Amino acid sequence: MTTADRRKERLDRGIKVRSDGIYALLSWRELGYLVLPRLVLIAGLLLLPLVVPSLYWQRVISNVCLYALLALSFDFLAHYVGLVSLGGALFIGTGAYIAALLNKNLGLPLILTIPMASVSGAAICTLLLLPCLPLRGVYFAIVSLMYPLAMMRIIEALNIFGGTDGIMGIDSFPNHWVEQYFVLIMVLLFLFGLRRLVNLDIGLVFRGVKDNDQAVRASGMSITYYKAVAVFIASAIGCLAGACLTHIYMFSGISLFALDFSILPIAATVIGGGGTLAGPVIGCFILVPISELLREFGTLRIAFYAIILMAFIVFKSEGLMVYGQRKYHQFERWVKI
Amino acid sequence: MSESPMLHVEEATKVFGGILALNRVTFDVHQGEILGIIGPNGSGKTTLINCITGFVRMTSGKVFFKGRDITGKPAHKIADLGVTRTFQIMRPYYTLPAYKNLVIPLFSPRAKRTGGWRGGGKLGDRDTVGIDILEEIGFERDSFVPYKLASSLPTGYLKRLELARCLALKPEIILCDEVFSGLSMSEIASMVPLIERLQMDGITLIMIEHRLRELFRVASRVMVLNFGEKLLEGRPEEVMADERVKTAYFGSEEVEEVMTYA
Repeated sequence: MTTADRRKERLDRGIKVRSDGIYALLSWRELGYLVLPRLVLIAGLLLLPLVVPSLYWQRVISNVCLYALLALSFDFLAHYVGLVSLGGALFIGTGAYIAALLNKNLGLPLILTIPMASVSGAAICTLLLLPCLPLRGVYFAIVSLMYPLAMMRIIEALNIFGGTDGIMGIDSFPNHWVEQYFVLIMVLLFLFGLRRLVNLDIGLVFRGVKDNDQAVRASGMSITYYKAVAVFIASAIGCLAGACLTHIYMFSGISLFALDFSILPIAATVIGGGGTLAGPVIGCFILVPISELLREFGTLRIAFYAIILMAFIVFKSEGLMVYGQRKYHQFERWVKI
Repeated sequence: MSESPMLHVEEATKVFGGILALNRVTFDVHQGEILGIIGPNGSGKTTLINCITGFVRMTSGKVFFKGRDITGKPAHKIADLGVTRTFQIMRPYYTLPAYKNLVIPLFSPRAKRTGGWRGGGKLGDRDTVGIDILEEIGFERDSFVPYKLASSLPTGYLKRLELARCLALKPEIILCDEVFSGLSMSEIASMVPLIERLQMDGITLIMIEHRLRELFRVASRVMVLNFGEKLLEGRPEEVMADERVKTAYFGSEEVEEVMTYA
């Protein structure tokens, strides 16, 4: 039969409807239905460093987490505030350089440099992006893409912060367990933190700015202010990732403004499903290891990478997480028209 | 009407490129009054509201709210003073349920100041205040309507939601841009008492309207715009009787129909 005489009907599962309210707490089955997916994710992430075989792949886990933080910040800005930001590399670079300078020049330990780099880096990124906040959609994307490129050239041309050589000899994490568990816990913290935030009242204002900024203005709120707050939150996450990166590799250089940091989080969001926050994290856990596996193919891996992305965009454009949520919450059946 | 007017607009002029959208429009609105603004399409009614509320910058002219100059202030500052507006093309937050739509205005600085417990009423919960406002404006509380996504609501409810968004700010004056348009006769019939109640609550209203019959029932004064100029201003029956209005605006049959109704 073709779609001409039948169509797919989707219905919420009874358990989904029942567990929407507070009554879910009254039965183990419904409690399990709510908690299980989250528990699997949390436990899976926390067990990952224990089951991964080699040191090389443990380093990959840290890498994945840094990209996951960036993807979270991209997804939050793009799908909850309406700012499509290609400034991931700006966040990474700013956070990395601040952490490196604090550590190298002032001799601060990394327990101080990471939070300081996140907050001050976020302040700097927000100030830099402030003039572009009235822009929307693709226009904001273009301008935010310019920033990391400009920063790279400025550092190169003025020969500041170590110029093209970068800053070396930065303190590393005490050991690889601390490193991995720190970044993993940060990913979980910001994943669930952002999911909570977008459903708070201030989160609704962010979503209002995305949905309909004129109505927010008519309600007596400055949209530029709320966009700036959102950019601060997102860039703090990005700068945190940058600061961790510089301590993991014990190096900070202009390569940290590379466009990979802007592009890969977007690809991960496409694969994982935009607007779900958990999706982009899952997307990173798929994309970054694939890119490592394909490393031996040399430059050909870009081609494989492109094929995977294209396949996702053509066949599953909604993203894995949206697809998974639908299968989990709804059942489908064919009905005759 | 001896005290200083609520809103005083002086020689409002707006030029879009070479088009004179508003040409030196001057008028007053007093406390507790309902001023109707009518005029043919493209006569500058919506532009006038946009200019007053700061969504569009006036070319020249002044706006005073309670004797205070608000010309050229940003839109959110003007709304913060209590000068609120609805949009002709409804602008709800489509991805949110109806009552969550009101959480956003309730989060604004003005609602936090005026609404008690930072906009959340006695319980400090903006959701319940939102549902209360929706009930006041005609959403049935115990039905599922307030909980539905704004994207699935019919026009009548969306128009009410526009008004509700203004009410959440505890406004002094609401500028309504065609709240009756696109509604069925029965929906309009249920909206009219709502407007009357807003007036009884002491809210001043400016209403742009094409539904003359309903407008003339509620409005205390009517101003007629034509090609961006103020044609005349007066009580509804005076405006109806004026020859210039008839030729500029109405089909003669409609005037007769309205007159017999009045």
